[in-house]
Amino acid sequence: MKKNRIKVIPAKKGETNRVFARPATLRDIDNHYCAGCGHGIIHRLICEVIDELGIREKVIAIAPVGCAVIAYDYWDFDVTEAPHGRTPAVATGIKRTRPNNIVFTYQGDGDLAAIGTAETIHAANRGENITIIFVNNGVYGMTGGQMAPTTLAGQKTATTIYGRSLRREGYPIRMLEILAPLPGARYLERVSVHSAHETLRAKRAIMKAFKTQVDGKGFSMVEVLSMCPTYWGMSAIKAAERIRSDVATFYPLGVVKTY
Amino acid sequence: MKAIKVKKPSGKIKINKDRCKGCYLCIVNCPNGRIKIAEDLNVKGVKPAIFSPGNCTGCAMCAVICPECIIEVYR
Ligand SMILES: Cc1ncc(C[n+]2csc(CCOP(=O)(O)OP(=O)(O)O)c2C)c(N)n1
Ligand code: SF4
Ligand code: SF4
Ligand code: SF4
Repeated sequence: MKKNRIKVIPAKKGETNRVFARPATLRDIDNHYCAGCGHGIIHRLICEVIDELGIREKVIAIAPVGCAVIAYDYWDFDVTEAPHGRTPAVATGIKRTRPNNIVFTYQGDGDLAAIGTAETIHAANRGENITIIFVNNGVYGMTGGQMAPTTLAGQKTATTIYGRSLRREGYPIRMLEILAPLPGARYLERVSVHSAHETLRAKRAIMKAFKTQVDGKGFSMVEVLSMCPTYWGMSAIKAAERIRSDVATFYPLGVVKTY
Repeated sequence: MKAIKVKKPSGKIKINKDRCKGCYLCIVNCPNGRIKIAEDLNVKGVKPAIFSPGNCTGCAMCAVICPECIIEVYR
């Protein structure tokens, strides 16, 4: 537990010690995500890491197509946008032309593991010095909860109304394990935001991924298991519980590859 | 017998109630049961989470899980 200690923030006037407040790079506005959606938590973790590393002025993020398409409205640092699945290609171009910037992509599982599979694998294989934050919520959220390559066997979605059939739709895909054998991939870890405890671990992994890039070590990717209560058809609390009981059993948490 | 001094838990949180979406993840993540569901609706039309003072330790677990980032924690 000691590792999970929360940093004390200097108090506002007339207050006791503030130990938790909104990070400076997370704009103080409402987000558009559904109640209990993991995107909000992951946005904040990224902001905390950027603030703590002091790299706000150097960061360039690439927002995806998916529910996080307007992430640039929430992040108070430089963000651009790429067509669906193409963020690793855009990140490659930016990083190669501006090697002193810290470049990361934020992608859903439809974005990264379906339409953007080629971009992801080749960016890792080329050993691009970029960071990918991969949000695995097992569905296409933005377009109405269709099956994603990551959808679990038997899971009901808008396009698998009787549950994903392995015979018809194939097996769910573990992207980190696919990337691991590539020499260009340096740091790969899977984390989750289904509980406060796991969220603190997720932050450490995101920190390590950014440090990998800052230190010039090469390609880093963190897969974050995230709740989509809306298209899982359950409350946020049940969705978080489902990650613990089902999703994290198929997608084991932990470091897949490190240097 | 020497008296043992027990430090009283002295945490406190503030929830921005009109921005709460009512996911209640903070409630299930509080180890001390210090967060309850309000009786009345907020401007979003949901019953927001509210702090119920007591043995809050300021551990910040509620704030760490809140997807809206609307909980401030004091110790
Ligand atoms: C080239 C292209 N093909 C398809 C789409 C439609 N589309 C928009 S979002 C999306 C999937 C989003 O799912 P995911 O990446 O898992 O993100 P989530 O919404 O779940 O966060 C698709 C297929 C598109 N916008 N552009
Ligand atoms: S549809 Fe799912 S992923 Fe999209 S905002 Fe809602 S809960 Fe989040
Ligand atoms: S976690 Fe945040 S949004 Fe969810 S109920 Fe608690 S205060 Fe409200
Ligand atoms: S700071 Fe800790 S003890 Fe206090 S309300 Fe939040 S989770 Fe509960």
